[in-house]
This record gives sequence, structure tokens and C-alpha cells, in this order.
Amino acid sequence: MSMDFSGTVSKGRKRKRGRSWTLLVPIYIFTLLFVFLPLIYMVYLSFMTKAEVWGFENRFTLENYKKILDPLYLRTFLNSLKLALISTLVNTAVGYPYGYFMAKLEKKKRDIMLLLVMIPFWTSELIRLNGWIIVFRSKGVLNLILEKAGLIDKPLKLLYNYQMVVFGMIYALLPFMILCVYSSVEKMDWKLVEAARDLGGNAAQAFLTVTLPMTMPGLLSGVVLTFIPSMGLFFVADLLGGNKIVLVGNVIQQQLTKGRNLPFAAALSVVLMILTSLFIAAYRRITKTDQLEGLI
Amino acid sequence: MSEDLLVLQHIRKSFGSDDVLKGIDFSVRRGEFVTLLGSSGCGKTTTIRIIAGLEEPDEGRVLLDGKDITKLPPNARSVNTVFQNYALFPNMNVEDNIAYALRLRKVRKPERLKKASEMLELVQLAGFEKRMPDELSGGQRQRIAIARSLVAEPQVLLLDEPLGALDLKLRRQMQLELKRLQKKLGTTFIYITHDQEEAINMSDRIAVMNNGVFEQIGTPDEIYYHPRTSYVANFVGNANIYRGNDGVFAVRTEKVKIGDEPGCVIPAVVKEKSFAGGQLRILVALEDGQELTVSRFGINSELVPGQKTKVGWSAEDAVPVIDDGV
Repeated sequence: MSMDFSGTVSKGRKRKRGRSWTLLVPIYIFTLLFVFLPLIYMVYLSFMTKAEVWGFENRFTLENYKKILDPLYLRTFLNSLKLALISTLVNTAVGYPYGYFMAKLEKKKRDIMLLLVMIPFWTSELIRLNGWIIVFRSKGVLNLILEKAGLIDKPLKLLYNYQMVVFGMIYALLPFMILCVYSSVEKMDWKLVEAARDLGGNAAQAFLTVTLPMTMPGLLSGVVLTFIPSMGLFFVADLLGGNKIVLVGNVIQQQLTKGRNLPFAAALSVVLMILTSLFIAAYRRITKTDQLEGLI
Repeated sequence: MSEDLLVLQHIRKSFGSDDVLKGIDFSVRRGEFVTLLGSSGCGKTTTIRIIAGLEEPDEGRVLLDGKDITKLPPNARSVNTVFQNYALFPNMNVEDNIAYALRLRKVRKPERLKKASEMLELVQLAGFEKRMPDELSGGQRQRIAIARSLVAEPQVLLLDEPLGALDLKLRRQMQLELKRLQKKLGTTFIYITHDQEEAINMSDRIAVMNNGVFEQIGTPDEIYYHPRTSYVANFVGNANIYRGNDGVFAVRTEKVKIGDEPGCVIPAVVKEKSFAGGQLRILVALEDGQELTVSRFGINSELVPGQKTKVGWSAEDAVPVIDDGV
């Protein structure tokens, strides 16, 4: 997925692209080779039979999909969906106001805030999550401080539970939401809000009828960028959830490695992909957005 | 009920160290078409933003219909604005744009769409209900913006250089149309422009602004024929400012006599001859270095640059003005 926080594809630009289509050939070839073909292969794989030791046999079967209907896996899907929804909701609730107010700051302060949001990207996600473990573990920084302050008698058990995984997801994905919202709010024409106020709207009405619809593409991009990974970031669940919290991403990863069941992993991936697509489609329908901000 | 609908009392406003409005007093009568005329940065936009409630004055009061509205938010004032770049909502079609104010007032949908259609008819764009703003030309957007502001039936309509982005021909046509609309509705219009022709064509009264103060407020005739200051004479009438021993005078370019014409007493040298807008313009320099422009209809004159000549004018054509250095 490539990101370009600078803008959306406008109708005008699309038309221009049509004229110089030869320039696009490399992009089409790239997409075909690295996106479309692997996708086809994955769908194909999901209908094949697992080989005895490693790999698969070219024998058509629906076994892999039947297996997903097992309550064990269904529950995993439900769990993942729930977690993705919570994480997306919190990200929206925190990220939208954050990005909104950041975009309204004066230039100097805005640049500092932007830098603070970007800095985490300079370090590996894994290292940062391990950092949280140092903070939250039984003999970690947080417990130490609380104990010294006399607020608790014995260390709190903070790690390796569902809440911690939710926290980790939100932590890992919040910057994406902030940047998406920021990029659309930054482009807002504030004269429109003045016009809304002038025509009789109070601050809340102006926000709901003008600002929110105008920044919806940014919000939608943020939702896409936080919802989809929330279903699949297996290492967050691995690191912060111990072995207790299993998400779809974890199952896929386990089936690929320990389980050595490529076709089943592929089937899980296909179902996951369909589910996320459905959710995004529903969201688009509800919010009436047809373009993604900052996402191409 | 007094005759003055809108009164500004000693309004001051500064942005940082920049004093944009230096204590202005101004009143607008019911049903009047008033123009704030001035070059960019003179404070005219700030003035109407204060009237609209989009800006709060540092000092002074705004009275509408006798009530103090200085502290009221924009949505609580019976004043609407037509913004310079129209500010149509790009996410709504034409009829939703126009009906926006009614939607906020919880007017039922069939009723507000009917009203929107009526407004479209008023601005001569019937049938444009379902168009999106980006499918309209500049002139059409302009009309939609006016319809959107008028649908709320404001007591005062503020127009911030609404014709600035249109070409000359369309601008002339829209001037007439706006005037017609204002007469028909009887709404009080406060119009901003830097174009003196536009101001003279449309206004009942003109307030000439310069540097955060009003230089002169009066009818187009008064402003044009009896400028109070040298700035007004120059900005509105393109008049010559002559600084003589017995005072400072504004002399209109067509009233300056030159060459063999009777009454020419002041020696001068022709510097330039040019032709513009159906007029021949001759720039002359007096002995003390002052430059004057003489204009005549037609393109012929025997005078050539470098030639010595004389200029003059009748006493009644020299209007004494306060010199503000322009």
C-alpha cells in the first residue's frame, strides 16, 4: 500500500492520465505482478489440498473453508472483528480531534506536533512494543512508580490480556488515523465554515454539515488504515497478549509456520479479505464517501 | 423604529500591530444600497466581517435595528454575506446549497426545496437545482451564492467584491442585475468594491475608505463632483490634484484647458500622449514639477511630447480639497 498524504485523485487528473496512458504501463505491470497474481494464487491455493509434510497437492477441495466454520475458528474471527472495531473506534475518537486541532495550529507548533507523530515510524514496531512490555510488566517502570508512590501494595498484572492487546493495536495504528485526518483538515477551506455560521448554523451544526463531510475522505482513509491492520497484526497479540489472545492474524501465521498448512492459511486469508472489504464497503455506503484521502 | 437600520459606532480593530480600523462611525438606512469603496487593505473587508459577526471589534458597537449585536455570533444576526469566492458547499448540489439556511431552521424538505426553486428563478437560473457547484461557471456560482444568502431573508446583505472574479462584460451585466434584485426585494445591501465605476453605477451612497478611516461618505454625485479630500478626488474621479499658492484643488482631467483654449495661463511642457478608452490623454509637467493629465475625446491633438504649452481651468472647475498627500 503506498501512501501520499498530499492529495486525492481528482477527476481532472484522471482525465489527464488517460491521455498519457503509456506512462502508466510500468505501474500496471507492477500491480499485475505483485498484487493481482499473488492474490489469484492465494485464492487458488485456498481450494487445494494440504500435502502430507509440506506444501500442497493440486487437488480441489472445499475442506479448508469447511474447517473455518469450526466454532474454534469462528470465535477467532469474531474476536478479531471485535478487537478491530474497538481499536478503530478508539482511534477515531482520539485521532480525529487530534488531527483536527493539529491542522488548526499555527505553522510552527503544527510542525512540532507533526514531528512527534512521525517519530515512532523511525523505530521498528517490535522494539516499541517491547518498550511497552518494559513499562507494563510486573517489575516494570509503571508498577515501580505506583508502588513507590504508595498507591498499590503489590505489582499489578497489566500484561498479557485482551485490554493490553487492544492498547497495543491502538498505539500502533493511531498515527495513521491522525495523519489521514490531519491531511484532509489541513486542506479545508475555512471560508465554508464561516459561510455555514453566517447562514445561521451554530458551531456544532457547521461542523456536522460542512467540516465533517468535507473531511470524511480523510476519516475513511484512517478507518481503512486502522481497521484492516487491526485484524492482522499478529505480533501485537503475540507480544502483549502472551499466548492467550488469538486473532485471525495469529492463526494464519501459525498455520503457515508451525501448522505447515498453506491451503488453510490461504483460505483464512481469503475470508479475512472478504470480511474487511465488506466492512469498508458498508462504511463507505454509510458515510457516502467515494474517495480516499491520502491513499492511492 | 429609526430610519437607520445598521449603525457602527466608533469601531476599532487591529491585528497585532496593524491598526486596520481606526474608529469608524457609519450608519446605513433601511433599504439602502451602500458601497464601501477603497483599495485593498483599506479595512473594508474587516468592516463587513465585523458586521457579519465573523470578527469582533476591539472597541465600538454594532447596532442592528436599534439592538446591540456586537457580541452576537454570526448565526444569531439577521445579516448574511456573499463571500468573495462564493464559498458554496462543494458537497451539496445547488438546491441544497440554497436551502441550507432553511434546513438549519428546520423548515420541512418539500417547503425548502420549493423556496430554493423560487430563489433560482429570482437569479434566473431555474432548472439548475441538481447541479453541483463545480459544474457551474463563475457567474452562475455568483448567482447561487446570492440566492443562498437571500433565502434567509436577512435585514442586511453584505457583498464582498462579489463580481471581482468575473470578466468585464459579465460584471457590467451583473451590476445591473444586482441593482434590480435589490430594488425588487428592498433589502439593505452593503457592497464592497475597489472599482469606482461599479460603486458609482450601483450605489445610493458611497463610503470611500482609506487606511482604516472613511475619507468621505456621500451620494455618487457628491463623491464625484465634490470630493472632500485629495484621495477621494484621485481615487474616485481620477482627478488631478493641483497644489497652488492659494490651496489644494482637484481638477478633473477633462476640465483642464490646454494650448490655444481660452484661460490657459500656467506654463507647462508636454511629456506624454496616450490613447485609452476613447480618450486622448496628455500628461504635462508644470514648472514646479507637478504633473497634470488632460483628457479629450477623440485622438487628435497637434501637441507633441517636449513641446511648450500652457494650461489652465475655470475657477468653478477647481474643487478645493483637504490634502492627504495623494
